[in-house]
This record gives sequence, C-alpha cells and structure tokens, in this order.
Amino acid sequence: MADRAVEAAAQRMRGGSGDPVIADLNKALAPDRVHTDGAERSLLSHDSSVIDGGGAGPVCYPISTEEVVAIMKIAARHDRAVVPRGAGTGLAGGAIPMGGPIVIALTKMNEILSVDIDDRVAWVGPGVINLDLSKHLRPLGYHFAPDPSSQQVCTIGGNMANNAGGPHCLAYGVTNAHIRAMEVVLPSGRTAILGGLDAEPAGLDLRGVFVGSEGTIGIATKIAVAITKNPPAVRTLLLSFSDMHHAAQTVSDVVAAGIVPAAMEVMDQRITQAVENFVGAGYPTDAAAVLLAEVDGLPGGIAVDAERIAEIGRANHATNVKVAQSEQERMLLWKGRKTAFGAIAQIAPDYYLHDTVVPRAKLAEVLDQIYEIAERHDLIVMNVFHAGDGNLHPLLLFDARRPGVLDRVHAAGAEIITASLDAGGVLSGEHGIGIEKQKFMDRLYTDDDLDHQNRLRQAFDPTCRTNPGKVLPTGHSCADIQQLKRIPAGVWG
Amino acid sequence: MTASLAIDDPVLESFAAEIEGADPITIVGRRTAWDRGGALEGTPREVSAPSGIVAYAPEEMTVTVRAGTPVAELDEALTAANQRCALPDRGGTVGGAISVGENDPLVLGKGRLRASVLQVRYVSADGRLITGGGPTVKNVTGFDLPRLMTGALGTLGFLAEVILRTNPIPAAATWFRSDDADPFATFDALLHPSAVFWDGTTTWVLLEGHLVDVAAEAAVLASTGAFTETDGPPPLPPHRWSLTPGELRTLGLDHYVASIGVGTVFATEPQRDRMIDPAAREVSSRLKTLFDPTGRLNPGRERSH
Repeated sequence: MADRAVEAAAQRMRGGSGDPVIADLNKALAPDRVHTDGAERSLLSHDSSVIDGGGAGPVCYPISTEEVVAIMKIAARHDRAVVPRGAGTGLAGGAIPMGGPIVIALTKMNEILSVDIDDRVAWVGPGVINLDLSKHLRPLGYHFAPDPSSQQVCTIGGNMANNAGGPHCLAYGVTNAHIRAMEVVLPSGRTAILGGLDAEPAGLDLRGVFVGSEGTIGIATKIAVAITKNPPAVRTLLLSFSDMHHAAQTVSDVVAAGIVPAAMEVMDQRITQAVENFVGAGYPTDAAAVLLAEVDGLPGGIAVDAERIAEIGRANHATNVKVAQSEQERMLLWKGRKTAFGAIAQIAPDYYLHDTVVPRAKLAEVLDQIYEIAERHDLIVMNVFHAGDGNLHPLLLFDARRPGVLDRVHAAGAEIITASLDAGGVLSGEHGIGIEKQKFMDRLYTDDDLDHQNRLRQAFDPTCRTNPGKVLPTGHSCADIQQLKRIPAGVWG
Repeated sequence: MTASLAIDDPVLESFAAEIEGADPITIVGRRTAWDRGGALEGTPREVSAPSGIVAYAPEEMTVTVRAGTPVAELDEALTAANQRCALPDRGGTVGGAISVGENDPLVLGKGRLRASVLQVRYVSADGRLITGGGPTVKNVTGFDLPRLMTGALGTLGFLAEVILRTNPIPAAATWFRSDDADPFATFDALLHPSAVFWDGTTTWVLLEGHLVDVAAEAAVLASTGAFTETDGPPPLPPHRWSLTPGELRTLGLDHYVASIGVGTVFATEPQRDRMIDPAAREVSSRLKTLFDPTGRLNPGRERSH
C-alpha cells in the first residue's frame, strides 16, 4: 500500500503521461491547453526569486470560468493540489508549485471585459497585464493606480493575489483599495461573487480578505477594478543629499507637514551610480542619496506642494533640487527608478531583493543597520525604496557561483528582517510571504494570531487544496496534502 | 521567541479575561447603531471595550486607539495635529464604527473606512487576544484579519484596540449648492470632490484642498450649473441604501439624498434585504463556525442587513 502511494507520488512529480489526472484534464480542456512537457514544467517551477526546489505537475491554460471550475473539480476528485499563476513575477515563492500540483496558468484569460465610467470600474480577466489596462484606459482619462515595478509584464490577477503596491500607492493606496469585486472559483469548485459595485456590499468583506491571500483560498476568474482619473498635472522633483539621514528626514518632514505626495522614492549612491551608467537618467552620481518626489493633482496645488517639498529638502541640507521641466525629463527620471533592478546586472550576476516596512521615522536608523549587516557578511547592498511608506527594498548583490555565498546572503537577509521587526516594522510591504518568509511569521505574530489566520484560510479551503504550504509556517497551516516536505533550496533556513 | 506584536497590556488582558467564559455575550458601545444586523437573541451578558488613545504619531499618519473610545474624542486629538480619519462620528465609539463598517458620508474626501484599519486587536470567542495586520501604513504580511473584522458586527471577535491610518486635513473646504446642475455631469467634471450630494433637485458639492485648487474647481463647477456657496450639506435621512453609482440615475424614491459617485443613498425607508451570493454566504457561515464555534458572540446578529 505504502509502495503504491510512493509510486503515485513519483508519478505526480513526473507529471508525465502516466499521471492519472491528465486524461481528465484533457477531456475538460482542449488538449493543447494541458501541457505536460518537462521543459515547460521546469520553467513554471519557479517565480522571479532565487527560490529553487519547486515542481510543477500538469500545467493548464483555462480560457473561461467554466474551465477553472472543471479543473478544481478534477483536482478534488483526484485529491490533488492546485497552484494558480499569473506572469510569475512574484519574489516570495507564492506561485512556486510544490510537490507536483496542477498549475493553473491564467495568462490566457486576458480580456478587458468592460469599462463603466459611471461606476468607475473595469471588469478584467485575471491574466490582463497591469500596464495594458492603464494603456487601454488612458484615452478615456483613467488609469489603474497600482504600479508595481514589473507592471509591463505582471497580471492583475497576480497584483490582486499579492495585494501589490508600487511607487504611487503612497497617495493612492495598494491594490486592495482598487479592487471592488471579483468572481472567484472556490476550492470546492463553486463560483462566488465577492464584494460588489455598490457603495457598501452586504455581508462580511470576503473581497477584502481574498485580496492578498496569495492564491491560497480560491482563484479569481473576473476582477472588477476601480479606475482612477488621470491627474491633470504632475510635478516631479529630484533632491540630492550628501547623507542618507538627510533624505530620510526630508521624507518624514514632508509627511509631518501635511503633504501626501503621489510618490516618494529614495535611492542610495551605489544604485544611483548603477542606474546612471545604465540609462543616463540625469541622476547625480556624487550624492549619497537622491529623493524622487512626485506630486499630482491640480496645477495650483501641486505648485504649492512642490515648492514646500523643495523648501523642506533645503532645510535638510539638500545639495541640489531639480524639478523636471518637461514630460520627457520626468519620464527619464522615472525610467531610472523603474530600471534600477536591471541596472545592477552590471555589478553582480545575482541579487536578492528584500521587502520589509518600518515606521518612517526609523528609516535612517534601520538603513544604517542594513549597511552594517551587509558589510559584516561581506556583501554589497544597494537601497532603492518606497520611502514615503517606509517600505525598504535592500538589494543584496552576489555571484551565486562563489561557494558559500548564498548562506551569507540568507544570514544577512534574516538579520535585515530582524532589524526591521525590532524597529516596529512588518515582514512584507508588497511582495507577500509565499514560502520565502513563512519561517518569520512567528516573529511577528503569536501562535494565537496565526491560529486565527489559519481559521480564515480553512473557511475558504477546508481541505487545504489551493496553493497549500504557503504563507503560514509549518505547524500553523491546515493539513498539508502534499507529498513534498523538504524545504526548497533558496529559502531561509 | 517573543513575537513582535505580542500584547503586553494589562488593560487589554483584563478585557479578554472579562469576555472569557461560555455564556452568550455582547459588546456595547454607545448603542448608536444597535439595530444593525438584527436583534440579539436572548439577554447576553454585556461588556464594553476599554477606551483611550494609546499612541498617536502624526508624522507616521497612524493612531493607536482603544475600541471603546468615542469617535469624537479621537477626532479631537487628530484635529489638534491637523489630521482626520475615515471613521464617521455619529456619537458612537471607534470599535462600534469599525464593527458596523459604514463609511463617513464624506467618503470621497476622507477615504474608505475599510482601507484605514491597519491593525486590529480583538478578543476571540474563547477569550484569547488576537492581533491581525500591523502598525505600518503598508503591510501585506499574512491573511487580512483587519478586513475580516471590519464590518463583522462583532460576530467573529470583540475589538479591543485598533491602529488607524490618518490623513492631513485639507487647507480649505467650501460647500456649494445649485438647483439647476446635472449632478452626474458635475461629478465627472471635478477631479476629486469630497462629496457630491443630490436630492433629485438640488446638488451640493464639497470641495477640499489647497485654496488655489478649491478656487480652480469652483470655476469648473460654474460651468456645470449656477452654484453658490452654502454652509453645508442638507440633513441626511436616517436609512442607508447601498447602490452602484450608475443606479443613482434611475432612483425611484420619494425623499432621499444620494451620494453621487459613491452609490450610498440616504432615505427615509430602509433598504429591503440585500442579496448575498450563496457560495459567499456559505464561506461566511464557516467563518462564523470557526471563529465562534458555540455562537456566543452577539448571538442573533448577522452581517446581511
């Protein structure tokens, strides 16, 4: 009996033609949308992080809600796990399949279904690409506010699953504030509408709970996103500082002055130099830190705010304050910020991008600790982050070919997390927990807190079939139906 | 290992101890929305949440406040630092406002209540203190217990303390009214009005922001109707309907004030029972069972009204 179970598990890991679930999937979907090819399954065993050790079973590309329902029912019948997936740009392992589950790739459900200006809402398929939606809305005078750095490739479904952020969520809010309703397929195979387009939908806020649940409590098949009017005027400032503390203090002082800019991004000297070499965005390479601040709205008000931000910067010893004089110059400044992660390839072949949040007032103090931690572990660290909401993104640069370097990267990362939590911060601002930070959940939350998070999850997924083994740490998550128990490489040990 | 959000507060602990037990129990604020969710079954034991502002950091745009604090008291502290929050002040408490989950009538300006609740501390049905969310303005750590508790009418846990996001009070605020404007065209013409109310004849608009922006938007208003400055909005009828903004175009009501662009309608009659998706209702009922297995918290109340 045990041998047969082991053999069945091995079959699943192989995901090949012997996998008993495949015949059913082929019947439910057109066979050309059920992929069992080893190379593709290997590709889809990863996301955009360094985390290794995933293993995809058959990969399905449904094109309708009915097909997602069919897959969920087949999974239930065969007692198999499912893992939903968008563009795979996640950095915390949330979309990494563990132990050969059915992978449900939603990239073919990529239609913009309707736009309603009265209701300020667009219904979209989960596979619609973030930037494509904003491009579609632009002629109508609207956009989708969340703008993660991966917006050229990441999907709305993925944004929703991770409650994605981006530079402009300081003023506009993260994804949860921009999702009005969705059609979801629950793990039982039933379809539900969560939320609504009315002012205050009845019932518990299951919509709010679903956003950010990292694909663990169901699969969204249609999403109603709020659309935001394009601001008529925008002003972008670049402030240079000879000391990171001055930049951080400026950020705190701007907020204390009652200004909520659309974005406030800080980059340290190393990343500024790398970006300048890469795209020539016009950043000063001799500054210890630069602050990219943007205000948007009506022309009169943003002129007042921009002048005030410049004053606050000067009062904090800004060495230079530059205001973008044209749309072209503004776009170039943003290009520098948004290509920062590409720019570092010049310096090292690999990087580990962190994501923690600290109170704004603690930014400078925690950054000091991060530099010290990196130096102690003989690593290069660069900092480019959403300063306005205290969301740090330290980048640890390394060459994975050097023996032992990953151990140091992980050790440094763990210390960075500890420093952030000690400063009164949280584990993640926008990347999520996935499998990357599961082990740290009990550093933030008590057993009782995690017990209630698990109850929430179980209410949606009593059999723990949807993206199991994610978010909650071992010992706090619902029964694990997976075969695979080992910790994948690349995850904090 | 000590968790960083672990609670070490004797006031909250004694509140939890008070709740512990097996008997039916209800939490009482100021009873300003006591009818929400229907009548209680039987005569459950009454408790009230502790009150007081625990910590306020205007530069972080966050405030930590105990659930029994009157919203008015919180507003007073925030106003002193030139800030405000999304909670409506109807004479009730912070915990009451969050448990009911209704937005302030000026939601376009003050923001949605649900989005403003960053962290919740509540007492579970078995008397444990639970923390969900976190203290920072941005956080995606784990499952979103603050969203679940907001608007749950105390059926899943009793709020003890919350951390709320605050926002600056705009420099200028002016109300306008017009008897000949098309409120929908007015709403569309403005960038972000803080309120556009309509009673079928008259349109009221609140503009907030920099003085120069209010003046610029007032000029836009003039292009959509004959607007004059006024003291404030009309009195709002007591009942609240939840519609889509588009449905406001075809309202068949006699006496109402509708919030254009939002979909809330303040009416003299209550809205008839509203539909909840049957599969969503099933999940909600499992949540109730998992969070309150014996049904002792606010027995009889249901979040469907």
